[in-house]
Amino acid sequence: MSAADILSQDFELGFTYTRSTGPIVGRFLTGLRDRQIFGIRASDGRVIVPPMEYDPDTAEALSEFVQVAEQGAIVSWCWVAQPRAAHPLDEPFAWAMIRLDGADVPMIHCVAAPAEASLATGARVQAVWAPETRGFISDISHFELAGGGN
Amino acid sequence: MQQIAIVAFSQSDCLARAGAANEVELIMPQLQAVYAQVGIDNAQDVDFVCSGSCDYLQGAAFAFVAGVDALGAVPPIKESHVEMDAAWALYEAVLKIRMGHADSALLYGFAKSSSGELPIVLSQQLDPYYLAPLWVDTVSLAALQARLLLESGLASERDMAEVVARSRRNALDNPHARLSGSVSVDELLAEDLFVSPLRRADCAPVADGAAAMIICTVEKAREWGVPYALLSGIDHRIETHNLGMRDLTDSVSTRLAARAAGVEDGPVEVAELYAPFSHQEIILSRALELGDDTRVNPSGGVFAGNLMMASGLSRVGEVFRRIAAGEIRRGVAHATSGPCLQHNLVAVLESAS
Amino acid sequence: MADTADTITGIECPVYLQYHFTAGRAPARFLTRIKEGVLSGQRCPRCSNVYIPPRGSCPACGVPTEEEVELPDKGTVQSFTVVAIPIPNNPIKPPFVVANLVLDGANISFIHLLSECENSEVRIGQRVQAVWKPREEWGYAMDNIRYFRPIDEPDVPVAQIGKLPVTGREG
Ligand SMILES: [Zn+2]
Repeated sequence: MSAADILSQDFELGFTYTRSTGPIVGRFLTGLRDRQIFGIRASDGRVIVPPMEYDPDTAEALSEFVQVAEQGAIVSWCWVAQPRAAHPLDEPFAWAMIRLDGADVPMIHCVAAPAEASLATGARVQAVWAPETRGFISDISHFELAGGGN
Repeated sequence: MQQIAIVAFSQSDCLARAGAANEVELIMPQLQAVYAQVGIDNAQDVDFVCSGSCDYLQGAAFAFVAGVDALGAVPPIKESHVEMDAAWALYEAVLKIRMGHADSALLYGFAKSSSGELPIVLSQQLDPYYLAPLWVDTVSLAALQARLLLESGLASERDMAEVVARSRRNALDNPHARLSGSVSVDELLAEDLFVSPLRRADCAPVADGAAAMIICTVEKAREWGVPYALLSGIDHRIETHNLGMRDLTDSVSTRLAARAAGVEDGPVEVAELYAPFSHQEIILSRALELGDDTRVNPSGGVFAGNLMMASGLSRVGEVFRRIAAGEIRRGVAHATSGPCLQHNLVAVLESAS
Repeated sequence: MADTADTITGIECPVYLQYHFTAGRAPARFLTRIKEGVLSGQRCPRCSNVYIPPRGSCPACGVPTEEEVELPDKGTVQSFTVVAIPIPNNPIKPPFVVANLVLDGANISFIHLLSECENSEVRIGQRVQAVWKPREEWGYAMDNIRYFRPIDEPDVPVAQIGKLPVTGREG
């Protein structure tokens, strides 16, 4: 067989999914729409944010919602010096595990900060709401350092 | 219980881009190689076939079905597929043989992940309500884990660089390596941060390619008259998808799988670990309780090239090769799946004699 | 989606992923040749079956296929359906015929359109030939052939469909 041209083509694959939330995720997202953050109490008393439907340790169905603060502390973080096209922020930013006040389990979200050096584990951050909330995880647009830390 | 023998293994070169090759063309040479090792003709000559791949990686719907074109499935064969690394195809085949439903099985894994932006494609495997819509990429998640490990004092950036330097040095002897060479720890530490605290060097180089293996009963191995290794134990465990609820500085699932597979029942001369990020090798070595007398990733591990959906099977293959060649008598292979070592498989291989 | 006063019960999560697809060696060779107006398949070294479009393997034998075989643009209807709904973004108006066709010299069918015919007279075994677009419009695509149309040759008995030599009925 003689050589062929290498034939290639860019393409976009789209999956236009809609998802049922169920009562637990739905309640959390409804809270976000109303600019409130809810966790759920696990069997051992820990507050999980965002809420899970079942306890990861015991598989027990969970139902006790607990409102937590919009502020919290960074548990771990990484600095994205070159954001990818799909990322929620265009400027260099951090992904962080954030333990909100009143919660025991950290959640993952993005943190806008002026520079890597301004961040540290333990730093206090504050949720920044999207201009319009609709009941989606990105209703929290991002977190920023609390107290105008930049 | 039926003993399992591994009788053949082959893997492709780790290519940054497989270029023109399609799925069938990636798989076919590895299948032909393992057929030749045991002297069979095609998939008709084994009782069961199972593959591991993930269509999202190349964005080609039902690419795993096209892969069946490489098998010779006329008349129809008993075939199965896992949307995972082919190490889990191995697990399925082991169950099939132990249940007495098959005496032999062909396994293969393949991917051409260079077609897409892998860390972003994999982000869509995360929690569909809380994480996937944020497009949290898998390198960033590994970086969150690395910082937890570093700040816990369980490892240093120097420890991580040592993993990379040793892996690349070992990869010099791996003919399929994409990346190999002598680089000093200090040179690595001098490199820029990529997604801090990770440097690019801390991330195993992803590669296109394929790997294949044949396993069977000991009776069948003797009938074929080929050297074999015994798969004396295999187990896998998964942790919760909620990263916030896991201890990311440990791998509890690896610990449990290792105990169930019988890792501690004998010396571990070689351990081939599927650690896509340098700090994860440190976590895994500790979870497996490996001592100084264990050679970790003599092939270079996935730092020689991370064949998505085949690297786990390749770890088993690397230990098999050394046992079949008489270099070692006992070794451990590990495979992982999911973010931050969520799901782990551990296999123990031993010499038959 | 619930209105704003209600509890959220569902969300829209569109996922768009960008890829760079590469055709594969055998398909690329096929597409390169069809750009030149040539239909080229591959022959299995073991069972001699000829596949078009080729994938690089004989799915029956599980061996690589390398030998290239040039095929005529004449073939036989193996099966067909009359479609009553439009193809999105396609100028072809229903009802139209989609057929499984086997080229002379090939052992496997592919799907293409059948036109310039009375839909009610299309039948299994009917002889057809490609109607090509003007040469200047040829690209790396199967639709260099606009469609197939019936030709004035006797039907092929069902048992012979997919077994004709490259020389066709006269062979
Ligand atoms: Zn054949």
